[in-house]
Amino acid sequence: MTSATITAHGGHHDHHEEHHDQFGTVQLGFWVYLMSDCVIFSGLFATYAVMSTAFAGGPTPHTIFDLPYVAVETALLLFSSITYGFAMIGAHKGNKGAAMGWLVITALFGLGFIGMEVHEFAKLIHEGAGPDRSGWLSSFFALVGTHGLHVTSGLVWMTVMLVQVARRGLTETNIRRLTCLSLFWHFLDVIWIGVFSLVYLMGVSA
Amino acid sequence: MDMAKMMPMMVGKLTMDSLPLHEPIVMGATAFMGLVGLGVVYAIHKTNFWVPLWRDWLTSVDHKKIGIMYIILSLVMLLRGFSDAIMMRTQQALAAGGAQGYLPPSHFDQVFTAHGVIMIFFMAMPFVIGLMNVVVPLQIGARDVAFPYLNSLSFWLTVSGAMLVNASLAIGEFARTGWLAYPPLSELAYSPGVGVDYYIWSLQISGIGTTLAGVNFIATILKMRAPGMDLMKMPVFTWTTLCTNMLIVAAFPILTVTLALLTLDRYLGFHFFTNDMGGNPMNYVNLIWMWGHPEVYILVIPVFGAFSEIVATFSGKPLFGYKSMVYATMGIAGASFLVWLHHFFTMGSGANVNAFFGITTMLISIPTGVKIFNWLFTMYKGRVRMTVPVMWTLGFMLTFVIGGMTGVMLALPGADFVLHNSLFLIAHFHNVIIGGVAFGCFAAMNYWFPKAFGFHLNEKLGKAAFWCWFVGFYIAFMPLYALGFMGATRRLQHYADLAWQPYFVVACAGAGLILLGIVFQITQLVVSIRDREQNRDLTGDPWNGRTLEWATSSPPPFYNFAKTPKVEELDAWLDMKKKGISPLPETFQPIHMPRNTWAGFVIGIITIPLGFALIWHIWWLAAVSFLGAIGCAIVHSFNEDRDYYVPAEEVAEIEGRAAIAKAA
Ligand code: HEM
Ligand SMILES: [Cu+2]
Repeated sequence: MTSATITAHGGHHDHHEEHHDQFGTVQLGFWVYLMSDCVIFSGLFATYAVMSTAFAGGPTPHTIFDLPYVAVETALLLFSSITYGFAMIGAHKGNKGAAMGWLVITALFGLGFIGMEVHEFAKLIHEGAGPDRSGWLSSFFALVGTHGLHVTSGLVWMTVMLVQVARRGLTETNIRRLTCLSLFWHFLDVIWIGVFSLVYLMGVSA
Repeated sequence: MDMAKMMPMMVGKLTMDSLPLHEPIVMGATAFMGLVGLGVVYAIHKTNFWVPLWRDWLTSVDHKKIGIMYIILSLVMLLRGFSDAIMMRTQQALAAGGAQGYLPPSHFDQVFTAHGVIMIFFMAMPFVIGLMNVVVPLQIGARDVAFPYLNSLSFWLTVSGAMLVNASLAIGEFARTGWLAYPPLSELAYSPGVGVDYYIWSLQISGIGTTLAGVNFIATILKMRAPGMDLMKMPVFTWTTLCTNMLIVAAFPILTVTLALLTLDRYLGFHFFTNDMGGNPMNYVNLIWMWGHPEVYILVIPVFGAFSEIVATFSGKPLFGYKSMVYATMGIAGASFLVWLHHFFTMGSGANVNAFFGITTMLISIPTGVKIFNWLFTMYKGRVRMTVPVMWTLGFMLTFVIGGMTGVMLALPGADFVLHNSLFLIAHFHNVIIGGVAFGCFAAMNYWFPKAFGFHLNEKLGKAAFWCWFVGFYIAFMPLYALGFMGATRRLQHYADLAWQPYFVVACAGAGLILLGIVFQITQLVVSIRDREQNRDLTGDPWNGRTLEWATSSPPPFYNFAKTPKVEELDAWLDMKKKGISPLPETFQPIHMPRNTWAGFVIGIITIPLGFALIWHIWWLAAVSFLGAIGCAIVHSFNEDRDYYVPAEEVAEIEGRAAIAKAA
């Protein structure tokens, strides 16, 4: 709509001068937001570190983590980042079909990741290793669960974007939003690498 | 299903006992709130203001209006927070020896908690964010903030938090834990009621609004400045706003996490901060102060900016040491993350850790001192005009320096072991927070009021208010330093030692004088509105200002500037005046503006039932309002018709009217 308004008034040159750089402003704002989210995760990581030995006589990383399972989970999320990249390539080429197709694949990977995580949580709770068992398990569920909630909201956002792209095509607004979602999605990947290393790998090797 | 099972599902933990029917003071306050609310509704109805209210205010994305609404919220909450203060002061003046006063402990504990929470989160925060909203886009020559809809959402989330705190008065109770709700006291085991839940959700909701405001202002200042205004040509208030919002974005998420972890403990039986099962209460104390210390700078840095503008304008001189002011601000902002442990030297982290945090704390006084000297040197040999904003500024400089010095005393871990949790601490932080933040807000309000509303605030009443606050502050808080040395701890509902009582009585008298100051402030507002025709500011530049907000009419048109100014120097408007550059264009051009939207208001307000439902465990309502809020955001995302062009003819007409008024 913004671009349409500009062309409708294309005769006045001042507009382009006055019209601030919308895309750049949104990008910057979104980056700043991501940094605030990063602080949230820092708080959770720090808490996890503080509580990493607060087992209260309960289970420890050795007894409950299943590394191969988490490796598959990790692979799903990392692949979803790659496929999101393909979706953006499609979007920039103006290829709506490719963009939407790769977005659907990305969402499926994401869904698989969340499904595996929910399954892992359910299994732990069932085995008596729920978040109320010890300080360490509390911090584990909070950190991993917060990441999971982020992925879930990313999936909701992706669904909304699929509808918007289907209805309006690859407009300037939609490209801008897809770019923000792309930043968000890759950011969650980076956070997960931290979770995988600090929580799972270091937990099992310690 | 029978009724007995249905009820808890429908209304959660709510029962008739949740109403304060047996507590006359609370009932009175509730009835008063209700009456004021009804009065407001009646007045809106009588004046047929519903439609303009919705169209021009509730759905507005205009930064000036949002800023004004923030400040109105803040002033209302100041009255509420101050009522709590008067209650504490009278209680402590009475409850000496065997006397118990009139507030039972369960109520007194809610009062000091509510006072602290309201003053910090719903008085001081909305005030400074309101000032940023009103002033910053004008100072940088922009038409609005970077994300106007987000701005409206931020505001309404803040309102939602404030409403929840007020609701706790009428339904249920507020926390009895003190304003930072330390566990294990705030855990379910020791605070089983809804008080802490009110605390959690009101701060969580308003805090998210604040974080979003932080994102918004950073993007605004970095991306929307008028051509030519590079960073080192930004007005100081804009600089301090930038630093403050960086602090907000870096610190408020820590508050979000901390509150979320406490929530998990209370709602789902996690063990972050419990005494047993591996929980660690001191982790909460660390986390909350990693947010809390930056928070006090979030409050004071913007008012440093306001003082800088006021000092330069009324001394008729450029600010002394502009660059050092900028670097000092950045230094303070950065260092504010390195001192949090001074709030709990007594935790027992050892001499080396305490020494580190003691020294970093003392180091902060260096950039702060730089600022004080910059203001003094600006005034030195200037022709200082003794207006109301200047009087608040002078009162600030004296009071803040005293508060800073008692702060350095507290920064000595050895001394802190004696003074920790005493009334000495209470006196110290009121010294900086009233002398700094409150005085700063009042200075700024008197300074920018003519810009926002187009007429002046009454000078005489403004000065009367200042003197009452200034003298009242010293009478109310100096005795507390002495009491602290005599061993009086904070948060005492009553005390045995009769020797303390005279000091408490004097402190109460001081609070009474502050009350008189507040009465003068209300009168000042009423009288100034009544006499507004005589006090119009038709020039747009009533104080002979230096920065761009004074380059447009008062109040500014909704698009701020008919032509985006071009900046060549620091103090851009003064430079334009010197060079004779008109702020008006030769021919008017259409102006690109954001449209109003319902979304910020509706989503913000939906979080009131959301918070209420979470507090009272009314799960169906929580689910419905949560989905409602998300749904509204999604629906709004489909609306891409978010901006429009104001036709050149309309701009010409508005500017013509302003010019005619000015000529007449
Ligand atoms: C206007 C005059 C004010 C008066 C007379 C006043 C009085 C008091 C009193 C009597 C207490 C309790 C001291 C105790 O623990 O025994 C208190 C606590 C507190 N005040 Fe104020 N106050 C005022 C303004 C402010 C302002 C402007 C702020 C912040 C912006 C503020 C923030 C606090 C906080 C955070 C606490 C600590 C609450 C707690 O113990 O949890 N006050 N004040
Ligand atoms: Cu501090």
